[in-house]
Amino acid sequence: MHKPRLQLQASFDIAHLQYLDNQGKATQPLPEFATPDWLTHCYRQMQLARLVDDRAVKLQRTGRLGTYPSTLGQEAIGIATGNALDADDVYCPYYRETGALLERGVTIEEILAIWGGDERGQNFQHSPNDLPICIPIATQMLHAVGVAFALKQRHQQEGAPLQAAVASSGEGATSKGDFYEAMNLAGVWKLPVVFVVNNNQWAISVPRHGQTATQTIAQKAVAAGIPALQVDGNDIVAVAWAVRDALQRARSGEGPALIEAISYRLCDHTTADDASRYRSAEALEQAWQWEPIQRLDRHLREQGLWSDAKQQDLDRELAATMEAALGNWHARVPEPVTAMFDHLYAQLPEGLYEQYDQLRDEQQQGADA
Amino acid sequence: MGEQEKTITLVEAVTQALAFELAINPEVVVFGQDIGANGGVFRATDGLQERFGAARVLDTPLAETMIAGVAVGMATQGLRPVAEFQFMGFIYPGLDHILSHAARMRNRTRGRLSCPIVYRAPYGGGIHAPEHHSESTEAIFAHIPGLRVVVPSSPARAYGLLLASIRDPDPVLFLEPKRIYRAAKQPVPDDGEALPLDRAFVLREGHDLTLVAWGASVKETLEAAEQLSAGGIEAEVIDPATLKPLDIHTIIDSLEKTRRCVVVHEAARFGGLGAEIAAQIQEYAFDVLDAPVQRVTGYDTVMPYYQLEGAYLPGVERILAGAHNALEYSRSGPSSSRSESALNGGATQP
Repeated sequence: MHKPRLQLQASFDIAHLQYLDNQGKATQPLPEFATPDWLTHCYRQMQLARLVDDRAVKLQRTGRLGTYPSTLGQEAIGIATGNALDADDVYCPYYRETGALLERGVTIEEILAIWGGDERGQNFQHSPNDLPICIPIATQMLHAVGVAFALKQRHQQEGAPLQAAVASSGEGATSKGDFYEAMNLAGVWKLPVVFVVNNNQWAISVPRHGQTATQTIAQKAVAAGIPALQVDGNDIVAVAWAVRDALQRARSGEGPALIEAISYRLCDHTTADDASRYRSAEALEQAWQWEPIQRLDRHLREQGLWSDAKQQDLDRELAATMEAALGNWHARVPEPVTAMFDHLYAQLPEGLYEQYDQLRDEQQQGADA
Repeated sequence: MGEQEKTITLVEAVTQALAFELAINPEVVVFGQDIGANGGVFRATDGLQERFGAARVLDTPLAETMIAGVAVGMATQGLRPVAEFQFMGFIYPGLDHILSHAARMRNRTRGRLSCPIVYRAPYGGGIHAPEHHSESTEAIFAHIPGLRVVVPSSPARAYGLLLASIRDPDPVLFLEPKRIYRAAKQPVPDDGEALPLDRAFVLREGHDLTLVAWGASVKETLEAAEQLSAGGIEAEVIDPATLKPLDIHTIIDSLEKTRRCVVVHEAARFGGLGAEIAAQIQEYAFDVLDAPVQRVTGYDTVMPYYQLEGAYLPGVERILAGAHNALEYSRSGPSSSRSESALNGGATQP
């Protein structure tokens, strides 16, 4: 049978980055930003994220919080990403982002408010330009591209320093058209946007291999003509380097990038899920051997930067932080029921006055009864 | 005749409004498919890229979800995006972003972020276009809390309402009736004067009957009103223009005078805006009605290919028939409501 002669038109490589192996040993010299202070800060924040997750799940189990998506086992990605952003960058998070939100200055009270069914939690007081957490899958990636356009335009028209947008997602989101359309436009318009994909191996019950036939998630960026890197997502130094490098290039006008950070979802998808229905206890137990906090703990101790005494102090400090936040959250005054109308439009259209009054009167009658 | 009094078509009024707002507001960006050098498939953005540059008037890749989604991101950071969908039939991939994000952003951030976006789309039938180019699905969008749905029916209203939509702090779906893009010209001063949103326009005064119509159907509705007038019946014609939120008061005020109402729309009848308007009329003005509210609409069928679209679209004859049903109805006399025979199986069984 005739075999035509073909000419290679394009080829690509996907690189993988790791600094700390599973024993916490450096596999190569650490970057300059990874100072003892930075490492211990990240360690503290990862512990805080794990504590918030733990308490939030317990609150849900006792009926005091709604459905909650834990970040258990994926703390390095969120903390590294949130930490790499400048205050004037804009973060476009998906819903599994407790750690990153904490690094952005979102308060524990705000996080609890969101999952406790109170929109005020999305009114981030300390990162006012960040987008609210996004629940429809992958849509935030397109929003981040639009944000990046606005940042680039502000830079070009007003001479403001170029800032960048970061969108986060899980690997399941990379199956959606929004993901491809976002990368495609970011590439064509060379926008300052970084996509960070938490490849935690599971999109609810569908494992990574059921999501895509590609060898890596990172290579999906190749089709959009944008650079990509795969990193060990349980190695906070590797994630931080990748995000910082991509952000630095984005802010220098070099355009977008994709980072695939490999982790493992040690928790259920959310508190409404029971992962034991679809994944084995053995696989979970094995994944626990690779989790990010233990890895950084080993590294810090090997470097003489951590001890049992310091851990005890940290445990006490974080517990006090958590208790104070819970106290504030419990003390929040509920919104009036009419709040559902107050921000529907900038100004309530006249046609809605009647419904507004009806709701207010119903509430008043209920209070009087 | 000076520049200020130029006589222009509806589509030229769209261009004029976009140009005015691009000129005075640096936050405005206009983007979509083929809207740059090509000026849009209907030429609604003709010359804008040349005049305002490719940084503010941009051709996008061919992806409607993306067009809807990037507008959300832009708007949250203070830009005023005006995004064009080439035809309303291709807007649906963007629905997720319009419904789940643009229309809710202000509410779900409790006012921290907002989405002052205008999504433009040519809509409606009657131009012998291919499949998917002729639908009127405004009711799908009018159902969305937090969104405005605006439809102009003349060059002057296209200009004034588009200016108002771009300046509005909330998202607007701006549907342009392409059948009348070039049907009529009128002087539209380029004075930057916006028309009010959320307000119906009384296009013709009358005391015998109220005809409610928007978009391209306004043309046939006004023609029907002229024919009625020739027979001694004076119809009031109301164009709601903003379909969501709806100015029902203007319609009710008219009904207190006329007591009879016909709602006309190209869109399918079931769950159409005619149903909403009829429901609100019976809620607010049941006692003043002398006849059931008549609906003259497209059929509850798939929009036909263009060989049959003339039979689908409500024309003058169908509007006149609806008007006569409303006018001739009396409680004691023989029913002219469509309901009885149809509900009893008296309608034709094919």
